[in-house]
Amino acid sequence: MSTDAPSQTRGTTTGGGAGKGSKGGPGLAGAESADRREVTQGRWAYTLLTPTLILLAVVIVYPIINAIIMSFQKDAGLDPATGFFVQGGFAGADNYVHWLLQQCNGQACPPGTLGSQFWNAMGTTFFFTIITVILETILGFWMAVIMARAFKGRSLIRAAVLVPWAIPTAVTAKLFFFMFAFDGIINQLFGTQILWTGSEGPARWAIIISDVWKTTPFMALLILAGLQLIPDEVYEAAKVDGASAWQRFTQITLPLVRPALMVAILFRTLDVLRMYDLPAIMTGGANNTTTLSILVVQQVRQGLNGASALSTITFLVIFLVAFIFVRFLGANAVESAAPKKK
Amino acid sequence: MKPRKFLVPAAAVAVLAVTLTACGGGSGSGNGGGGSDAASQGLDGRGPITFVTGKDNSNVWRPTIDRWNSAHPDQKVTLKEQTDNADQQHDDLVQHFQANDANYDVVTVDVVWSAEFAAKGWLQPLKDKMAVDTAKLLPATVKAATYNGTLYAVPNSSDGGLLYYRKDLVPTPPKTWDEMMSMCSIAKQHNMSCYAGQYQKYEGLTVNAAEAINTFGGKIVDDQGKATVNSPEAKAGLSKLVDAYKSGNIPKEGITYQEEQGRQAFEDGKLLFLRNWPYVYNLAKSDGASKVKDTFGVAPLPGKDGPGASSLGGHSAAISVYSKNKATAHDFATFLIQDEQQKFFATQGSLAPVSSELYKDPAIVAKLPYMPTLLTSIQNAVPRPVTPFYPAVTKAVQDNSYAALKGEKTVDQALSDMQAAIDAASASK
Repeated sequence: MSTDAPSQTRGTTTGGGAGKGSKGGPGLAGAESADRREVTQGRWAYTLLTPTLILLAVVIVYPIINAIIMSFQKDAGLDPATGFFVQGGFAGADNYVHWLLQQCNGQACPPGTLGSQFWNAMGTTFFFTIITVILETILGFWMAVIMARAFKGRSLIRAAVLVPWAIPTAVTAKLFFFMFAFDGIINQLFGTQILWTGSEGPARWAIIISDVWKTTPFMALLILAGLQLIPDEVYEAAKVDGASAWQRFTQITLPLVRPALMVAILFRTLDVLRMYDLPAIMTGGANNTTTLSILVVQQVRQGLNGASALSTITFLVIFLVAFIFVRFLGANAVESAAPKKK
Repeated sequence: MKPRKFLVPAAAVAVLAVTLTACGGGSGSGNGGGGSDAASQGLDGRGPITFVTGKDNSNVWRPTIDRWNSAHPDQKVTLKEQTDNADQQHDDLVQHFQANDANYDVVTVDVVWSAEFAAKGWLQPLKDKMAVDTAKLLPATVKAATYNGTLYAVPNSSDGGLLYYRKDLVPTPPKTWDEMMSMCSIAKQHNMSCYAGQYQKYEGLTVNAAEAINTFGGKIVDDQGKATVNSPEAKAGLSKLVDAYKSGNIPKEGITYQEEQGRQAFEDGKLLFLRNWPYVYNLAKSDGASKVKDTFGVAPLPGKDGPGASSLGGHSAAISVYSKNKATAHDFATFLIQDEQQKFFATQGSLAPVSSELYKDPAIVAKLPYMPTLLTSIQNAVPRPVTPFYPAVTKAVQDNSYAALKGEKTVDQALSDMQAAIDAASASK
């Protein structure tokens, strides 16, 4: 900002701001009018932004605040005298204690309650996140590098690669559910008798495979977009200087594609952290495949306020992860338009 | 500059995270509160009403409503179809009840939802002026629609489990569980698996576990809704399933079976016995791929020393307390259990009737030959736990019986965990 501002002012002054400069010296007057213009421009910007801000407040801020308020309310309890539910009232931090400490009515939640599965679901969610994002990044990068080369039928390949991403996740999940069935095509193809959806390891890997199949194209296209911003001359110059293929990759491709790569990883990470369809349809959350989102949905059926607390916790977790990405790893998914380095 | 630098990414992240989480918290309008005021209003109201039900796949509702409408031109019924997904139907009803929607007059509820909706004060108690004559209805269907001693819905269709068996290999179907297990040697001789039900961790497992427990005299919850599952009878029942799985009489892939996988295995000739719903009958008879078209029979589920206790399925019609025209709603709900209607549901949509007389009706039996067997099944059926905490109870049953089946915990441990989990869920937090 501090380096940009003067040059901009100077530009406007020489342009057409002279007519208004009646007070003081010419230089000063020019700066003043430019300031005024900036102020009016700023005002305009706010006027134009207001509808958007109001809309965002209604559709995003209000539900969030509402959910947070609800998360401090008790779920309705049964009045044994009448057999009807009565409103629970203020709960303090009970709902949060229930989840974070896995406490039901002052003692450890017994197996078979949702409360007993919180940390397990958290672990499962992060397990899926870490494994799938690593696999998708590597495979996506590889696919992007191939697609970036010039060859016959490149546009066809690019379109074809998008097909898995275009299929709705629920459909993908059902598809893989049948493929991973005991009599399904995967077991028949490999001559195995694995209970894919009936035991922990295979169930988790079935979900990971499905997710990688579905979302690697997304990753590949984002990275491809980044790759295409790198001018060919840079590579040619490097070749002239005698850089090896590996050196070109690590010294040119990686650093230059890094912004796009970080955005792709950020988006995928946030996406997997709220994964619902694949495990819900393929295993129903059995065998340690219950993610936080599945837990939220199951809790909604049992009590809305407990679910609000859980989704608030989920929100905070995702917030934290996204924050780390943006703040410390420099993924600038949102403000990418601001600093132009040309 | 420093704090701003910090804030921009934070705000950006917040927007990102919110749009990506997108699960928020749903609407906050209160549930509960008894609804006793609403229940005393509109009792004499007559006029147009709306009937809400799941997707009309077998086209039974349109003709039914047309018939009603031509007889009652001043009290027309409008059909509102929901999706064909049961969970979504449930959530749709919840949303409209929470909003005190007067436009959902009569709704169909799955047998396992009625207690929850009744306890939330959303269903009109069917007593006094609204009373319904249930004398000719099958007792289990009435019991499933009754909460706290009051009837809250009119049973509309029923369902029960059947034992499908290979009559070419087993001339007389087994009457008891132990007899069936002793016949598993026949399966071995023919290089096939013996028996399967639904053991994937989902609602079907609750159905199967409840059947095992009820058959041997156990109860998951008592009439007051208190957990009573940690009993020797329940242990005897659940142990039968666990032992059968351990010994291989239930094949190891059974742990991944829902209704359809079991049906396919049976039609492929891979199973000697299969527990499933009546819908399998017509498919196994007519499916091109079915290898058992002419070689299977149906029998009541095998029990301890007679027919076993099937879990009850089916739907009831309930009147919303927020309805303005409850007199019409009441007439329409009872219109649905008239013999003529019930017969139409059975022949057109293969829905099991709720009155026992119709199971002997020649027209129905001609179309659905399994009807007499199904009657035995439903006469011995036990509703799944009638409790307003059903979602938590079924979760407790599924998780723990699944662990027991897989041998991750003993039957004793599973039942005591089940008991504790139901207690924890029912105690108000």
